[in-house]
Amino acid sequence: MEKKVYSRTIGINDSISGFCPGCMHSTIHKFIGEVEEELGIVERLVRVEGVGCCGLGQKYVTHDTTLAPHGRACAVATGLKRTSPDSIVYTYQGDGDLASIGLAETMHAANRGENISVIFINNAIYGMTGGQMAPTTLLGMKTTTTPGGRDPEKKHGYPMHMCEILNQLTAPYYLERVTIIDPASARRTKAAIKKAFQYQMEGRGFCMVEIVTSCPTNWGLTPVKALDFIRENMLKEFPLGVIRDHGCEKSGSSETN
Amino acid sequence: MERNLICAGFGGQGVMMIGTLLAFGTCNSTDKHVTYFPSYGAEMRGGTANCYVSISDEEIGAPVVDMADDLIIMNQPSLVRFLPKLKPGGNLFLNTSLVDPDVSRPDIRVIEAPVTEMAMDMGNAKILNIIMLGVYVGFTDILDKKVLLDAMNVKLGKRPDLLPLNYEAFEKGYSIGAAAKKDNP
Amino acid sequence: MAKVFMKGCEAIAESAVRAGCRFFAGYPITPQNEIPEYFARRLPEIGGTFVQGESEIASVNMIYGAAQTGTRVMSSSSSTGISLYSEGISFLASARIPAVIVNVARGGPGIGDIRPAQMDYLQATKASGNGGFRMIVYVPSTVQECVDMVYEAFDVAFRDENPVMILADGVLGTMMEPVVLPEMKSDAEVQSLKDAHRPKAIVGHPLAERALAHPGNIGEDHELRNKQAAAMYETWQTNSLRAEHFMDEDADILIASYGISARVSKAAIRDLRKEGYKVGLIRPLIASPFPYADYENINFDRVKGILDVEMSIPALMKWDVEHAVRGRTPIRECLRSGGNIMTKEKVLAEAHALIKEVLG
Repeated sequence: MEKKVYSRTIGINDSISGFCPGCMHSTIHKFIGEVEEELGIVERLVRVEGVGCCGLGQKYVTHDTTLAPHGRACAVATGLKRTSPDSIVYTYQGDGDLASIGLAETMHAANRGENISVIFINNAIYGMTGGQMAPTTLLGMKTTTTPGGRDPEKKHGYPMHMCEILNQLTAPYYLERVTIIDPASARRTKAAIKKAFQYQMEGRGFCMVEIVTSCPTNWGLTPVKALDFIRENMLKEFPLGVIRDHGCEKSGSSETN
Repeated sequence: MERNLICAGFGGQGVMMIGTLLAFGTCNSTDKHVTYFPSYGAEMRGGTANCYVSISDEEIGAPVVDMADDLIIMNQPSLVRFLPKLKPGGNLFLNTSLVDPDVSRPDIRVIEAPVTEMAMDMGNAKILNIIMLGVYVGFTDILDKKVLLDAMNVKLGKRPDLLPLNYEAFEKGYSIGAAAKKDNP
Repeated sequence: MAKVFMKGCEAIAESAVRAGCRFFAGYPITPQNEIPEYFARRLPEIGGTFVQGESEIASVNMIYGAAQTGTRVMSSSSSTGISLYSEGISFLASARIPAVIVNVARGGPGIGDIRPAQMDYLQATKASGNGGFRMIVYVPSTVQECVDMVYEAFDVAFRDENPVMILADGVLGTMMEPVVLPEMKSDAEVQSLKDAHRPKAIVGHPLAERALAHPGNIGEDHELRNKQAAAMYETWQTNSLRAEHFMDEDADILIASYGISARVSKAAIRDLRKEGYKVGLIRPLIASPFPYADYENINFDRVKGILDVEMSIPALMKWDVEHAVRGRTPIRECLRSGGNIMTKEKVLAEAHALIKEVLG
């Protein structure tokens, strides 16, 4: 007797991924699809995409989707959620979108405690535009706009830690930083997405899952080497863990993988 | 027939309420056309406050006029600024408590009322605007007295305890206006 | 219906509520603050939502989001704030999402002057954002017209699936005058309007029917969408050309003006008629699409000159008038700016100068 133990989620379609080899968008989209199935919210889920590679996801997800102007996803999600409270609204934004051009929208949606879920893809670089410096670019990291490496002496500034910044606000309900470098961390990422959606279904307010990811293409590394770079460099700057979880008694604890 | 009023003074003298009561009363109780334009600036307090009221039998063109038929002036800086905007033959309603009545314009009528002092004599410095409204209506007959009293009931109704004082203030001003009208036919 | 005495901004907001607007987002800027303040009081009473955005940029994107649920939405701002709306308006137009945007205009350029002006004409009618889209722009001249046009604008926005702008100014926004308010749409009507738009909203679709908002070119033919939009703009030539002709049947001098300046011009025309001069007015009620034919078809054998009256220096609507008149009669200017409101006296003086120039 055959038993089906795995199948493709209905949350994504069967087209072939156009993302670069080693890019983690595909995996994250799969998780979103699986979570929406598991939570039974296929008809309720609404995606607000940021601009950049995040904005390519609409080709693959099967739920209702809109594209926000660059940086404005949290404002667009605010309008959607306020006028369609039964929808489960999430934004899908990169580091440039969320932490640079959209910093104000992110901060204020968080500060209002908007009942939305934010999925923040932090790979420390601009992907679609070809590898420019992001607000989360590591010190010393070479990008096309910091050819000598990011250098605070040259007024390039320092990497911005969005979970910690949002943790200064009173309203956010759940902030967690995760990654996808091995099966355990991948499971943790899926669980974090699920938790953020569940909290929204319970009306808890603003939740953000920051996913530390790679950009092999613009980092100039093979996908495997990119995983090493995350482990050795990215996670030192962006430590994993629950930064805040008002739904959990162990709020503030810093679990790591 | 269109009649234009400019009302000006310090912020806090209630000049906007004079315009509001006239315009609101006109809207509620007559078929006349009316516009009210409150000037606005960057400062929330201080400076001068002024508003324009036009009442007409026909459609009103400009809610803000270069030259007005009537001018209510509650303080000296407003006189300097707005006196040139009073038409020849126009009526100047002056708060003589704060403004020198010698305005050296022989081509206009000056109706004097020391409304700041009168208000203080009545025990409430804030009602100077209602006294001046009474003066204006008493002199011009632009609206029935009752129209203004009704308007006051609505616009000043948040403090019903003060309504009798406001009526009294209006009547005091009205008598001054009516008397001045007899002297200036 | 009974008339009520209302401030322009508040009348605009109440008319929107009566037209079914149930979401408003905006950011403070003079001289339109009474619009968000009114919505903040009024919308919660009727199950609507008011959000004070953290910026104009956030506000326009909040209505972009809210409109995608089929809700009737509005935002308002003034001049320099409207500049910050540009990208959002462009997205609304690109994704074909209905919304009503009010500009209670003030002086410019830059931060300009908080007092009234009409200096955003070209921005409103020609290029409110990138990408060559068009938008219907109403130009009211009285508080009553503000009310009537706002009420209509929601239906038009949904008819065309496109943003619609109300281009008012600081005089109309702050002045008070009697208005007759339109009928309040019932909760059931408002809900049915939202439900009717449901297929095009991007919420609540089953798996096989997912909705995708299209502000850009991903996985589809964007040229086709440009063509579809252009075809929709063409329909305005039959359903949205609107101008008022005032005392122009026998006129040998015409005033071209709009909004508050046109209203002031009418008062000047009444005076000029009393003086024996045959002066008339043609003014757009909708400035985009511009009613070119109304100016094209002027009897140029009779009309000896046109006076363009605007609260803007340099003149802006004059470009459209010139485009229609094509040199067949001289066009002179009667302009104010810097917070100076157009007055009848100014129009009379400029009209007398034109009369002297062309009629002797």
